[in-house]
Amino acid sequence: MLRYAARRLLFSIPTLLVISFIVFALLDLAPNDPTAQLPLTIPPETRQTIRESLGLGQPFHVRYFRWLAQFTINEPLNLAERLWGIEIGNSEGRLRVRSWSTRAPVVDLIAARLPQTLTVVGVSYLVAVLIAVPVGVFSAYRQYSIFDHVGTFVTTVGFSVPTFFTGTVLIVVFSATLGWLPSIYDTTHRVTDFDSFVYQVRQMVMPVMVLGLYNAAQLSRFTRSAVLDNLNQEYVRTARAKGLTEPVVVLVHVLRNSLIPVVTVIALGLPSTFAGAIITEQIFRINGVGQLLIGAIESADIPTVQTVTFIFAVLIVVFNLLADLLYGVLDPRIRYD
Amino acid sequence: MRLKPRLFILTLAALLLLVSATAAERGSDGQLRMLYWQAPSILNPFLSGGTKDIHAASLVLEPLARYDENAEMVPALAAEIPTVENGGVSADLLSITWKLRDDVMWSDGSPFTAADVAFTAAYCMDPEGACSGASRFQDVETVEAVDSHTVRITFRAPMPFPYVPFVGSVSPVIQEKQFAACTGARAPECTEQNFGPVGTGPFKVAEFRPNDIVLYDMNDWYRDPSQPAFSSVLLKGGGDAVSAARAVLETGEFDYAWNLQVEPEILAAMAAAGRGEVVSAFGSLVERLVVQLTNPDPALGDKRSTYQDGTNPHPFLSDAAVRRALSMAIDREILVAAGYGPAGRVACSVLPAPAIYVSTANDWCMTQDIAGANQLLDDAGWVRGADGIRAKDGVRLSILYQTSTNSVRQGTQALIKQMWREIGVETELKNINASVFFGGDPSSPDTYQKFYADIQMYTSSFDGTDPQNYLQGWICDEIPGPENQWLGQNIPRYCDPAYDELARSLSKTAGIEERAAIAREMNDRLIGYGVLIPLVHRGEVAARTMSLGGVRHNAWDTTVWNIQAWYRVK
Repeated sequence: MLRYAARRLLFSIPTLLVISFIVFALLDLAPNDPTAQLPLTIPPETRQTIRESLGLGQPFHVRYFRWLAQFTINEPLNLAERLWGIEIGNSEGRLRVRSWSTRAPVVDLIAARLPQTLTVVGVSYLVAVLIAVPVGVFSAYRQYSIFDHVGTFVTTVGFSVPTFFTGTVLIVVFSATLGWLPSIYDTTHRVTDFDSFVYQVRQMVMPVMVLGLYNAAQLSRFTRSAVLDNLNQEYVRTARAKGLTEPVVVLVHVLRNSLIPVVTVIALGLPSTFAGAIITEQIFRINGVGQLLIGAIESADIPTVQTVTFIFAVLIVVFNLLADLLYGVLDPRIRYD
Repeated sequence: MRLKPRLFILTLAALLLLVSATAAERGSDGQLRMLYWQAPSILNPFLSGGTKDIHAASLVLEPLARYDENAEMVPALAAEIPTVENGGVSADLLSITWKLRDDVMWSDGSPFTAADVAFTAAYCMDPEGACSGASRFQDVETVEAVDSHTVRITFRAPMPFPYVPFVGSVSPVIQEKQFAACTGARAPECTEQNFGPVGTGPFKVAEFRPNDIVLYDMNDWYRDPSQPAFSSVLLKGGGDAVSAARAVLETGEFDYAWNLQVEPEILAAMAAAGRGEVVSAFGSLVERLVVQLTNPDPALGDKRSTYQDGTNPHPFLSDAAVRRALSMAIDREILVAAGYGPAGRVACSVLPAPAIYVSTANDWCMTQDIAGANQLLDDAGWVRGADGIRAKDGVRLSILYQTSTNSVRQGTQALIKQMWREIGVETELKNINASVFFGGDPSSPDTYQKFYADIQMYTSSFDGTDPQNYLQGWICDEIPGPENQWLGQNIPRYCDPAYDELARSLSKTAGIEERAAIAREMNDRLIGYGVLIPLVHRGEVAARTMSLGGVRHNAWDTTVWNIQAWYRVK
């Protein structure tokens, strides 16, 4: 297992290098200009100076290798320095990947936004799992019952109605008309006592439900089909023949076996909690990582887009590996060595 | 003295009201909540130039003088406005001497002096620093501190309008102590300073999260002890214009929202709830059609859309009758009603304000005249073919009309296409992503500078209240082309020696009346010749809740220019 993990990790290095090159090259080749957002009262000569100061005058390969070195060497060193409070080499002179629109290091921008993304998107993922697994199990156990039909209908609707629609409907109903919940997420809010906790819950309800229902729809379909597969297996017949009660048969024997594929699907979906939810964050103004990415794309802040996209790529590769390893842990039949 | 009791009580009440209104206490009105859906990314305006960033910085950083809502200059950090009459501007127009207020403190408690002003000039004029406001200092020779509260700016050539550097929120003063180590190439690396500039304004930065929120606290050192009324300001960013309007006008979660370019009927429906009000102010922003005067035919290769001393004219737009007919056929009232509502007015001039520069010479464009346009084209020999499209000598009136991607602009395009169809002109529409269209990438064929089309539409305005630099943009030397990396501002490739002569005399004339007369004549040439077809005079739209008082919506400075005087209506 360990040898397998090491081999996979080693293989992921060339994969990530190729991804980094593709991400950098695609964004660099796209026709884009960081000064395009400025008012036309700023003359073209000044724009040219600004572009040159951002390093756009240099050749492609120079910029690519500088970005790669800054991202893979300088930033981890900075992180290590900050985590352990030590100094490695010349930390003042170390160049960092800087965003063009804020001029601040991109990694700092991402770090500032991770908390709200992880709170909202993370909780919504948790909610999704908590809804999806019971619904999926029960739908499968009572296949073609009214509950199954209603569940199928709700999940189909949940999966096909876009979040920008459900989000806006919730705002119009619960904020504009009823005035119960805030429509704008306050990122400066800190939980210090019970009242502030209640406020935090109130401002999280709508975005968490929008995202949670969307994710739950997908996961519950998966759970349902996995449980259905197992219910028809011989070992279920054996368990029932032994005289085990239905709850034990379903919740212990069937559920355990059905969760193997579901857990891997959940693990594969986890990187998206770091990536944030671009649309939902925009609607409720949560301003997390997803909003950082879309804002950077709009303002042609290429270093930010490249860095955020590449971090997603790293997360996806890592969680893919984790999912594979988890599969081996959960299912004793699978051996990698 | 004997007063009737009722009158006495009324007088007393009126007196009390007066006292409470004038002697309001600093910080007594709690938090002001503002919503900018385009969130600020940096609070140093010299490193951004984006309007949202300038607005956010203007609560903290102040210029020497600014413009009020009537485009009049008012002193901010200066004690008075220097003029030739009061000796502040030298008679040869080569220098301007600003006297600074002596009661101004930075928010860290240190005094504001002339050295800070001189430092700011050096900071922005540093060629390594890539300052976005550099063009405001292009004619400046030196900026020196004469004494602790006097600054003299010397120009390279006589400046009939010397109020360019340090006037308006686009050109504020930064603190020398804070930025001394941040000049030149190091400017972008000073994240802490760029995110939290120390200023002289009514508020100071308490917390800044780029592209998310700015939290300001009142500045305890602000020069007026009774201002600001709000103890803190929360400026929240993100989302879109429609939901920003909703947060102020419907849910009332915010007090103020800026830049609400929203379909007029949606805005009107939200305002009907009565919680808030939509305010608009008009500056010099004009949405216009720019006419291609050179030939954009791809077959020309390198010479495509370039000016070749008049040897490369456009096949049909070089005909003045066609240009005039295109303008006459447009019903601008419909364009305003469909796309702009309270944020637009019909425009027939490229200088729509201030009032002194407004010319009425082309007011024929106010009403649509399809019959007149048809007559004009008939007389010029453009005959309708079997498909209803006019042609002459094998040249069909077929126009490629491009603009940036934006729902209001695409709506306007569709309306104009229909109107031109009525005079026998065929139109092909094209829209290009704004970051490509307005981006200066010389390798892209789709930039507005390259203008590989017949007509294009966008909006532009000028800084402050003086149009000299703006009008200078249409002289022959400003024509973009491969030899200047397409960096000119004369997008229609208009070249007229008489116009160049007017531009020269404008840069030498001092009196405001004379300057205005020349500016109007230049405008009349541009519009009369049909180089530009003005469409809509665009305003800036914002929304405020009814409980927010003191807002004087201003298009000549930032909309928050007088935020120190905003208060909560009780």
